[in-house]
Amino acid sequence: MMAFLKLLARNQLALVGLVVMGVVVLLALITPLLPLDNPNATDTPARFTPPFSDGALLGTDHLGRDLLSRLMWGTRLSLAVGFAAAVIAATIGAAIGIIAGYYGGRTDNVIMRVVDVLMAFPYILLALAIVAALGPGLMNALVAVAAVNIPFFARNIRGITVGIANKEFVDAARLAGLSNTKIILTEILPNVIPVIVIAMSTTVGWMILETAGLSFLGLGSQPPVADLGSMLGEARSALITNPHTSIVPGVMILIIVMAINLLGDGVRDALDPRLKSGALSRPLPATLVDRDRQPGGPADATALLHLSDLQTQFHVGARVFRAVGGVDLRIQPGECLGLIGESGSGKSVTALSIMGLVASPPGKITGGSVFYRGEELIGAPYEKLRGLRGRRVAYIFQDPLATLHPLYTVGDQLVEAVRSHYNTPRDKARAHAIDLLKSVRIPNADTRVDNYPHELSGGMRQRVGIAMALANDPDVIIADEPTTALDVTVQAQILTLLDDLRHERDVAILFITHDFGVVAQLCDRVAVMYAGRIVEQGTTDEILSSPAHPYTSRLMACVPELGGGRRRLEAIPGLPPMVDNLPEGCAFADRCDKAQDACRRGEIPLDTLGRTRRVRCIDPETEEATA
Amino acid sequence: MGRYILRRLISAVPVLLGISVVVFAIMAMIPGDPALAILGSYATPENMADLNRDLGLDKPMVQRYFIWLGNLLQGDLGRSFNLNRPVLDEVLERFNATLILAGTSFILCSFFGIAAGVLSAANQYGTADKAITFAVLFGISIPSFFLGMMMILIFAVNLRWFPVSGMWPIYGTRDIWSLLDHLTMPALALSVVATGVIARLSRSAMLEVLRQDFIRTARSKGVHERGIIWRHALRAAMVSIIPVLGIQAGFVLSGAVYIERVFQWPGIGQMLVDAILRRDILLVQGGVVFVAACYVLFNIVVDVAQSLLDPRIKT
Repeated sequence: MMAFLKLLARNQLALVGLVVMGVVVLLALITPLLPLDNPNATDTPARFTPPFSDGALLGTDHLGRDLLSRLMWGTRLSLAVGFAAAVIAATIGAAIGIIAGYYGGRTDNVIMRVVDVLMAFPYILLALAIVAALGPGLMNALVAVAAVNIPFFARNIRGITVGIANKEFVDAARLAGLSNTKIILTEILPNVIPVIVIAMSTTVGWMILETAGLSFLGLGSQPPVADLGSMLGEARSALITNPHTSIVPGVMILIIVMAINLLGDGVRDALDPRLKSGALSRPLPATLVDRDRQPGGPADATALLHLSDLQTQFHVGARVFRAVGGVDLRIQPGECLGLIGESGSGKSVTALSIMGLVASPPGKITGGSVFYRGEELIGAPYEKLRGLRGRRVAYIFQDPLATLHPLYTVGDQLVEAVRSHYNTPRDKARAHAIDLLKSVRIPNADTRVDNYPHELSGGMRQRVGIAMALANDPDVIIADEPTTALDVTVQAQILTLLDDLRHERDVAILFITHDFGVVAQLCDRVAVMYAGRIVEQGTTDEILSSPAHPYTSRLMACVPELGGGRRRLEAIPGLPPMVDNLPEGCAFADRCDKAQDACRRGEIPLDTLGRTRRVRCIDPETEEATA
Repeated sequence: MGRYILRRLISAVPVLLGISVVVFAIMAMIPGDPALAILGSYATPENMADLNRDLGLDKPMVQRYFIWLGNLLQGDLGRSFNLNRPVLDEVLERFNATLILAGTSFILCSFFGIAAGVLSAANQYGTADKAITFAVLFGISIPSFFLGMMMILIFAVNLRWFPVSGMWPIYGTRDIWSLLDHLTMPALALSVVATGVIARLSRSAMLEVLRQDFIRTARSKGVHERGIIWRHALRAAMVSIIPVLGIQAGFVLSGAVYIERVFQWPGIGQMLVDAILRRDILLVQGGVVFVAACYVLFNIVVDVAQSLLDPRIKT
């Protein structure tokens, strides 16, 4: 509750709304005590006195009545009616909602069908019908506005109640033999009240507006008593000659409703936890690059892609997550490099950083460089990055259902991949799309091309994802766990397909995975990542036969070996460290059997080990391999 | 598709019946002799006898409902004694005027609301976003009838751009231009609140969609940012925007009551308010049932539009 109030107070606009509303309510409460003229005392000779004259600060209306006094009394009446309508609607609506939600079954069904019918009416129309039956008058307008809002509360509260009625503590109360009435009053109601209050705070503005509207039409408060709406309604005939009589009550309604809306928005924002983390931010077209970035380098011109001391961070509130903490990788033309690590090790973020696809905010590239054929990509203009994306460097992502657009056919999405870079005519691009689908071994490609993603199986969808990556014959494909979401047989098919395509088209692959089995099947070289850094790198054979870093060997011990028999599968004890609070020295030290004091001091370099290997450990497992 | 529309039409039947029951029940709340209430000052013994014969007002409530419903289904909504013409004729004529006003407003609020929401989301926290957010807050807070009055004051009285009120010029030809001249201000005034609501929802729907994985995929293909926003994100966001358009259509349709009053637009809202003040009960009953039924049918159109847009909906 305190945290909620604090959040609300931090929202300055909501605070303004709260203060304005407080002042208006206070003035309305003390109106009878103020030295105001009688709001209904007519003085026809002094009609239409302009504002700011003696004795009438806001002027007088068409009967010479003091506008300030009428405004204050009218505000009082409007607020009272609006709040009363809200309270009545909330009470009756909540009662209906609780009964429907708690008893369920037939009761629920009947009540909700009636609510559906009531909600099928255009809102104000139903209020008009009720006023028509009861006759014009302020009390009847109040009843009408309250009545048309009951279904809204009933439906909301029912939803909440259904959730609560199935909780354990309600079952316990039932078993304890409490009566239904008692359970509703002691167990359900206390949990529903906050929701009722919030729903009221967001609808009371509407209720004030609607009762004012009915009064404006002459169906609400009747002369001589006036609320804000009927003041406006009466002033309408003098709008052109004496606009101040309209402006005074109109502005007051505007102020009240705006203050309530500001407050309501503040309440809603304070209650929506997603807004706190900034997760509702829109990702920018390319990842932000920190202006004080230390570029890496120099570029390795022979490599297709060269990552040099790449650093990517996530800034969430005051916390900084160092997802990628200085990564060096080189991918040569035509080679397949595996990047392996547990979830959270930073391998995906590394892959996304290459083409600036890390969501930003909160992501930010804070250091290092990425070179494509010797050209710096970090900090390059957006147009240049866009020109390379999908044309020279393509991506395949993990879950093909979430990563394909659900509302376009796969053909359209393939065509778009081509036409984003080349002015290919539509029919030619479509023919190309069909060829692509054939090349990833999709049967009946010429009919499949018009399917939507949800009409395909998981394996087929991932084939489409691969076809899309191949659309413009890229130099390198970055495959971010492309088989993780698929079942095992399909996984094997996709891996074989990737391996075939790689050799057919001589395309390099950066393959991100957490599975050593996959690495063994596909990759020429492997880099092992832990807590945002490369801890070991080498050819696949070397690393699989004799892992040098303790983490690598522990990670391999987690993989079941087909036909390997009696070996025990070992989980690595402990959890990877949080990357917003990395320990000094080796990040793996806390989980390593061989950890020594020296492991926790200073920076441990990625040392060469033999001709082709590098390892970040002061006591590698395979000392002998150095020779 | 044809079968889907048919299914939706059939499922609307219970709702329409429910609406007729509700309207009938509300009107039955009127105390005293219903024949006397309907006829008011026209309550001569002959008139009352005629009415009792036509509507079965001396029969039990349930029987009265079915007589009324039977007449309703034959297009007979009764007769307005004040206007001395069949209710249906009056309702159709007035509804035509409301449809022009509310329809125009609906197009305006859909177009500007979605455009503002998309621009706001595309420039999140930028100047355009802040300006739009403020304008939206203002738009959803100002009572439409007050806004209409201020528009008359500024654009009709002071600037003389548009006529003060009415639907047609008193003298001169009734062509499309004179209609547009009269329509502009009321249609704008009526659309403001709905535009604000739609803009707000479109903004959050777009922000929600822009975080999805398929947007990242589109970016990884090298799709231009314009294409990301308008082709990929908006298309997906429309799935949650369209139902709100349906709800807002209801608000526009019923909000026309105020705007018709302010601008003296001869629509069904004006008719209803006058009928209520004159206690012309059959006219109110017929008008409410007719508009509510039209709104239910419009919502079927919305559902069909939704199914055309989203191939995942089974048709």
